[in-house]
Amino acid sequence: MLRVVACIDGSRAVHAVCDYSAWASRHMEAPLMLLHVLDDERYPSEPDLAGNIGLGSREQLLTELAELDRKRSKLALEHGHHLLDEAEIRVKAAGTNEVVKRQRHGNLSESLVALEKDTRLFVMGLHGESSSDSNVHIGSQLETVIRSVERPILLVPDEYAEPKTAMLAFDGSETAFKGVEMLAASPVLRGIPLHLVMVGADTADNWEQLKKAEAMLSGLDVEITLAIRQGDVEPTLHAYQEEQGIDLLVMGAYGHSRIRQFLVGSTTTTMLKSATKPLVILR
Amino acid sequence: MVNSLKQDWFSNIRGDLLSGIVVALALIPEAIAFSIIAGVDPKIGLYASFCIAVIISFVGGRPGMISAATGAMALLMVTLVKEHGLQYLVAATLLTGVFQIAAGYLKLGSLMRFVSRSVVTGFVNALAILIFMAQLPELTNVTWHVYAMTATGLGIIYLFPYVPKVGKLIPSPLVCIISMTAVAMFLNLDIRTVGDMGELPDTLPIFLWPDVPFNLETLMIILPYSAGLAVVGLLESMMTATIVDDLTDTTSDRNRECKGQGIANIGSGLLGGMAGCAMIGQSVINIKSGGRGRLSTFTAGVFLLVMVLVLDEWLVQIPMAALVAVMIMVSIGTFSWTSIRDLKNHPLSTNIVMVVTVVVVVATHNLAFGVLAGVLLASLFFANKVGHYMAVTSELDETTNTRRYTVTGQVFFSSSEKFTASFDFKEAVDNVVIDLSRAHFWDITAVGALDKAVIKFRREGADVEVIGLNEASATIVDRFGVHDKPEAVDQLMGH
Repeated sequence: MLRVVACIDGSRAVHAVCDYSAWASRHMEAPLMLLHVLDDERYPSEPDLAGNIGLGSREQLLTELAELDRKRSKLALEHGHHLLDEAEIRVKAAGTNEVVKRQRHGNLSESLVALEKDTRLFVMGLHGESSSDSNVHIGSQLETVIRSVERPILLVPDEYAEPKTAMLAFDGSETAFKGVEMLAASPVLRGIPLHLVMVGADTADNWEQLKKAEAMLSGLDVEITLAIRQGDVEPTLHAYQEEQGIDLLVMGAYGHSRIRQFLVGSTTTTMLKSATKPLVILR
Repeated sequence: MVNSLKQDWFSNIRGDLLSGIVVALALIPEAIAFSIIAGVDPKIGLYASFCIAVIISFVGGRPGMISAATGAMALLMVTLVKEHGLQYLVAATLLTGVFQIAAGYLKLGSLMRFVSRSVVTGFVNALAILIFMAQLPELTNVTWHVYAMTATGLGIIYLFPYVPKVGKLIPSPLVCIISMTAVAMFLNLDIRTVGDMGELPDTLPIFLWPDVPFNLETLMIILPYSAGLAVVGLLESMMTATIVDDLTDTTSDRNRECKGQGIANIGSGLLGGMAGCAMIGQSVINIKSGGRGRLSTFTAGVFLLVMVLVLDEWLVQIPMAALVAVMIMVSIGTFSWTSIRDLKNHPLSTNIVMVVTVVVVVATHNLAFGVLAGVLLASLFFANKVGHYMAVTSELDETTNTRRYTVTGQVFFSSSEKFTASFDFKEAVDNVVIDLSRAHFWDITAVGALDKAVIKFRREGADVEVIGLNEASATIVDRFGVHDKPEAVDQLMGH
């Protein structure tokens, strides 16, 4: 059975990650996995600049480095256990019972890619561990993760609010239709009213595209609202979101369309930075 | 992509910069010493070290590994330089690069799996011995001053790190070089210095196209050298990569490294340098000093050139004895100490492979020959060992006068003789059953041996039945076997 994987770390978004993943797990009736990735930098803390090597230097160096890594990994493992235990208590309190806890070594995106096969949805905080303190607003590894993972990702803000309405940004391109297709097949948004929004000219042609997309989504059996707005992609979408009180934004990282540019391209940072509501990234 | 770029280059800036500087100090002696051995000016080796280190930092497949002009490569160039001169060396360097890039595209890096651990150990030890032996010309027919300075230099290198506080902050090879130079200048000793060894770089390297006729004759001259250089360069690079992998608990991209070595050598050739490869000793120094990323290799290359250009007036004053001390350190550090300690614990065959690798290298001064000998020997030992895992048991059923042979284990060239000898052809029986259901037939030698046995039994008048050929054996027997064809006897017995 495909799972929901919640990426647990020491950031301030961790509570929201727990709550949203518990919600997603119940909503999609999928078991939940709490994942902590041990993404430690393995560098010597004290540089030894003596620059000499003697008999057995190589072996001694290997022993020393291995010992150093062992100590660090032990600490990190323990830290991770605590985080996972706390997270487990929280999601169980929220009513999710089918929970497993896992830890993995390696960098975040590689770890997620390795788990991808059995995963329906990844849940992670918009603000990562390292960015919590220093006012950087986007998780340091988010972009790499979005680029490499091929499953939907739910990016959540620091505060939890149960998603009531969702919005899908749509541009009528072939890849956008692929996104609609994926959404139609995915249980992520089951039972949540959806706004299908296009940024562009208010032409019959565009309406036709929207209608076509709506038809594709008819299987979801939810209330679908169609809209076309004019202006620049990013502010227009945000304005619509505010106006309609939408609390879940769905986007596809589509091929090379404008929406992809808008999402993964140079504007990614600004887009994710300004996000105050959870985002679902479809792949 | 962006992330891995950042990870490879800028995740350990301080450590990489510092270690790069430390490593540069160990690169200079090797570049100078082996340029001299190859018969060219130190300039050639220093330019090569700069080019290779800088280029490989961008295109190599193993971040944190140090590549530059090396002794192993220089030793292969001696005759070429002596007989044909520098321009042919440059041409050979370019061709070496082409070969190495081709090896990368052909994914020959994965061939390293055939090089067993004992061959690697032998290679490393042989390399250490070669580096040490290369220092001997500087230590023969010289005054006692040179011995005294070399010994003092080694003393400084190994003891200075024990000095509290500064010991771990100032590279001891640097202390050795500076203090030995100061002593030599102060006492005005008449000993050989770097300045006596030939021309040093005075400008940045410039683009050069080798001044050789581009014809078949030139190609035939440089081809054997280039092939040898390409093989040795890749071998040492792959082995060094494995060592760095182990030390840092990370993985490297071997085929990318092959291509990278090729590009770096072409770059070195175009800037008038000689071929190089990865360096075991210097890479270990880099890791020990805290270097992990590509920036460390880059820094080592750039710092080397800066030092050579800025300090050229001082560089010529460095006594060779100081550099010899540094190179002896590199040689000692490269040598695998545990391999000596483990000699008594390891099986004899493993030890023989290791020792043969060392002996062949030291005798031929060519690491490729040593590895070839080691790999061949290791394969033979392996075949022999696996050949033991074959047994034939038999029982006689007197009621039907049937002899049933049960073959277990691996049948191939090394065990086929034993296989044939296990049958009693002189026993007069009506039926023979050969049960192969627990055997593996690996090659046509095994199939031939089975055919021969079957035919021999038939000649004695027995009805032979071969049963239980498992899938692996069946495919081989089907393709090569002749015993179930009517013309079997004539074909096999050859008349």
